[in-house]
Amino acid sequence: MKRLINLTPTKPIRWLLGVLPFLLIVLVYITASDARLLENSTDKLLPSLGQMGETIHNYALEPSKRTGEYLFWVDTYSSLKRLILGMSIAAIMGFLFGLLTGAIPTFHAPISPLVTVISLIPPMALLPILFIIFGLDELAKVALIVIGVAPCIARDIQRCTLEIPKEQIIKAQTLGASSLQVLLRVYIPQLLPRLISSIRLTLGSAWLFLIAAEAIASTDGLGYRIFLVRRYMSMDVILPYVIWITFLAFVIDWLLVKISQKCFAWHHQGAH
Amino acid sequence: MTAMTQAQPLIKAKNLWKKYGSNVVLERLNINVNAGEFITMVGTSGCGKSTFLKMLLGMEAVTSGELLLDGKPIPNEPDQSRGIVFQQYSVFPHLSVLENVIIAREFEHSPLLGKLFGTKKKAVIEEAKTLLHSVGLTPAINKYPHELSGGMKQRLAIAQALIRQPRILLLDEPFGALDPGIRADMHQLILKLWKEHELTVFMVTHDLSEGFYLGTRLWVFDKIRRDPHSPEAYGASITYDLPVTRKTTEAHEMQVLEEIKAAEIAL
Repeated sequence: MKRLINLTPTKPIRWLLGVLPFLLIVLVYITASDARLLENSTDKLLPSLGQMGETIHNYALEPSKRTGEYLFWVDTYSSLKRLILGMSIAAIMGFLFGLLTGAIPTFHAPISPLVTVISLIPPMALLPILFIIFGLDELAKVALIVIGVAPCIARDIQRCTLEIPKEQIIKAQTLGASSLQVLLRVYIPQLLPRLISSIRLTLGSAWLFLIAAEAIASTDGLGYRIFLVRRYMSMDVILPYVIWITFLAFVIDWLLVKISQKCFAWHHQGAH
Repeated sequence: MTAMTQAQPLIKAKNLWKKYGSNVVLERLNINVNAGEFITMVGTSGCGKSTFLKMLLGMEAVTSGELLLDGKPIPNEPDQSRGIVFQQYSVFPHLSVLENVIIAREFEHSPLLGKLFGTKKKAVIEEAKTLLHSVGLTPAINKYPHELSGGMKQRLAIAQALIRQPRILLLDEPFGALDPGIRADMHQLILKLWKEHELTVFMVTHDLSEGFYLGTRLWVFDKIRRDPHSPEAYGASITYDLPVTRKTTEAHEMQVLEEIKAAEIAL
């Protein structure tokens, strides 16, 4: 028998071991839910899978009686729109600031301390200010994501910019490159895969800011919905929404990985 | 050596000093280098040979004295008149072998974006392929640097350094990380290219026999004066400036080796 640290499970066993915890959670949930519902059929805390399915069926496939909208899809659309808009602005700003401060010393001097300080401000503390300035509309929610995420991306990209070996920059200059050409042909192509990793890492906080902003002031969105139905203890809405949000986060992350692998194969094959 | 009196030297240093604060790295350096020489530079680590190479490259400024290229102060930032091959990291990991070489022409012909398309690109590709063939990289032109061995990466770095046809090629321990067999191949390659492209080469090396084998002139960097209580007070200079011919090689090699060993013990 080999030592435990030298044992590697084969692929199918690894897969099985990976699925196992999920199956266990579902099993425990179903057992607990059944037990509670058996005692009190109007229990709201642990709805059965059937109840949840029915609720989501109503939300997703039946128009709302009050507004005539398909709430589930309206919520999803609103939230994704805010998230994608906020992340795109944050990514572009973060990338530009990170690149310029990392690559050009003259930009580093005035901008870098500012970015560091801004990144230390807890973004949630700024939310009231954002609501006051931008009103309760879309802009404040998007702005919260941007303020929360852009400084992190900027600092990460700045670090990656400084990690690019000086030799490459010198080499480019001996090949006759101007500052702009060095940025366009040496820095930016090597930093784009780093930007994708940076976006993946900050997406978690972006979701946090989105749901928080929606919970406080909104009329639609996934975060708005789960905080709305909390008043009625509607776990049959909250649980599927949480699973749906998790699924969306997973899909976005997976898409980013695929894009990165397709566009920057050299990066993923161990060239750094 | 007769050429020295006729033409203006390509590189000239007049009473050159390099200090970092109170730390003197190089002092009282006076040299003349003519076009077509192959200079190899040896010495203990920290003796200023790499600093001198960086000054030739334009990465480091002269503290006092003069460093002249064609009689004018050497440009204070890197440019296409001086090619460089570092020990590592000098190729672009996000570009294929071919792209790594044509990028130099793209910088030249596309001033804004540094990117060529269509027929213009085809023309530079042909030129790059010829150059890559001369360094033996034809089978690898579509590979990326991480797929290449150490020796092939250095071949690529050399091809890259040559495409803008610099007059001066600077080599910073280019073969230091390679296996001995591969190193021998690289020696043949660099000698061939030196002659073909009529280059003036400055090469820093740790390997004395490599220095004697490749160079037409060998410099030993060492401190002439020493203060044991403050080792930074005096800088290094060129203590030996040896013209290398095949006959002198072996006798000199032994002598210089002894001197360097003595210097290392003294440090």
